[in-house]
Amino acid sequence: MSPSTTDVVVTGLGATTPLGGDVAGTWDALLAGRSGVSRITEEWVQEFPAQLVARLATDPAEQIDRVRARRLDRSQQVAVVAAEQAWAESGVAGSGVAPERIAVVFGTGIGGALTLLGQDDVLEQKGPKRVSPFTIPMLMPNGPAAAVGLAVGAKGGVHAPVSACASGAEAIRWGLDLLRFDRADVVLVGGAEACVHPLPMAGFAAMRAMSTRNDEPERASRPFDKGRDGFVLGEGAAALVLERADSAAARGARVHARLAGAGATADGYDLVAPHPEGEGAGRAIAAALRDAGLSPTDIGHVNAHATSTPVGDTAEAAAIRSSLGEHVLVTATKSQTGHLLGAAGALESVFTILALREQVVPATANLDDPDDDAAVQALDIVRREPRKAQLTAAVNDSFGFGGHNIALVFTTA
Amino acid sequence: MASTQEIQAGLAEILEEVAGVTPADATPEKSFTEDLDVDSLSMVEIATAVEDKFGVAIPDDQLANIKTVGDAISFIESNQG
Repeated sequence: MSPSTTDVVVTGLGATTPLGGDVAGTWDALLAGRSGVSRITEEWVQEFPAQLVARLATDPAEQIDRVRARRLDRSQQVAVVAAEQAWAESGVAGSGVAPERIAVVFGTGIGGALTLLGQDDVLEQKGPKRVSPFTIPMLMPNGPAAAVGLAVGAKGGVHAPVSACASGAEAIRWGLDLLRFDRADVVLVGGAEACVHPLPMAGFAAMRAMSTRNDEPERASRPFDKGRDGFVLGEGAAALVLERADSAAARGARVHARLAGAGATADGYDLVAPHPEGEGAGRAIAAALRDAGLSPTDIGHVNAHATSTPVGDTAEAAAIRSSLGEHVLVTATKSQTGHLLGAAGALESVFTILALREQVVPATANLDDPDDDAAVQALDIVRREPRKAQLTAAVNDSFGFGGHNIALVFTTA
Repeated sequence: MASTQEIQAGLAEILEEVAGVTPADATPEKSFTEDLDVDSLSMVEIATAVEDKFGVAIPDDQLANIKTVGDAISFIESNQG
C-alpha cells in the first residue's frame, strides 16, 4: 500500500476544555453559545493590562488519582484526562493491538510552565535542596506525550511536536504519517496546554497579543470582528485516536470521520507576525487538499485558527479565500473557548470532526460587526447561531509563532 | 525525641502523602521498591519530608542504603536530636 492511499480514520475523541470536562459537554456548550472566558480575580492581575482567561471547566487533578496527579504538571494532567477519554471511547484497549504497534504524538506549545515557574519560586525562597525531584519530568515539553504514552501503555514510539499554537495540529499530521508509513497500527494524538500564570500572561501582553476588554470577558474573544483586540489565553487538552480504516473496520470500531490529508508549510517571513496575505497558510491548505485528493469545491467548512488578533484573522481570511474560495462555511470557535495554544489544533480538529458528523457548523461568537477587510467581507462566516449544512469534507487550520502552518482535511465517515 | 512508634506513624503519613501507600502497609519489614512501589524520585521526596518532620537529614550515600521502612525508622531513631 503506498503511503498516500492509506485510509486513516478517527475512532476516539477526548477533551477537557474551558467549556466542559469532556467532548459531549464541550460540544453542547459550544453549540449553545456559552463562553469559557472569565476575568481573573487573583490579586497579582491588578497591574496587568490583559486580565482575562479561559480556565478549565473541570479541575483535572480531580479527574485523576491524587498521587498520580501530584507527579504530573497540569499540562500533563489535562493530556492524560483527554487521552484516556479518547482511548476508552476507541475500544483499542483489550482489542488485541500489540503495545509495540501503538504510538503517541502529543504536542504542547509551552510545556510544564507552571512547574518551571513554581519550582523557580521554591529555588529562590528555599534553596536548591527543596526543588522537587519531579521538576524535570514535569516541565519537559515531551512531558504530556510521555504521560499519555505511559497511561495507555504505548511502546511503538512517543513523540512530541513543538510548534507553538500549531503543535496540536502538527501532532495529528504526524500521526497520519506514522500510519501511512506503517510505523504503528494505532496512534493516539493530541495537544495539551496549561500555562495560566503571571509570566506567560505578561509575555503575551507585552507582545500586545491579548485582549484587554477586561470589563466584558465573554465578549473579549471576537475573531473577525472589527472590535477585536487580541486573544484570550485558555487551557485544556484534546485527543484523537487514529488508525487505519481496514483495522478499525475489522474490530468493529465506531468511526467519527476520516483524516484525509494534511499540509504543513512555513511562512519564511517573520518570527511572530503572520504573512499579511496568509501566503504560507494558503499553501498549507492547498497542500492538504492535494494530499487528500480533493478540490476546493469539495470543502464545505473551515474551522479557522482565528485567534481574535488584528493581523492574524485578516491574514487567515485571505488564505482561506485564495485557497478554497468564498463558498466555505467558516467558524472561529476560539470566540468561546479562548486560545488553547498547543491544544488548539487538536480541540478544533475535534470540533471539525463533530461538525462533519453532526452536519452543523458552530457559530462564531461576538462577530457583531465583521472587519472591513475584503476577504473577511467575502467569506461566509457563521455567526449568531449554528448553521445546519450538508458537509462531506472540512478543513482545520492551525498556525504558530515561528511561522508554522498546518492544515488538516477531514471527511465524513 | 520521637519514639519508635511515633517515627513509624510519621513515616506512614509521609508515605501516604508522597506515594499513596496505605498506612497499615507501612510496616518495618516492607521494602520501599519491592513492596510499596516507591520509586527513586519519590525516595528523594520522602527524605525531604523526613527532614521536615523529624529534623533528620538523610545524606544521599545513606539514602541508598535505606531499603526498608525499618531501615528508615532505625536511621531516624539513631540520628535525631
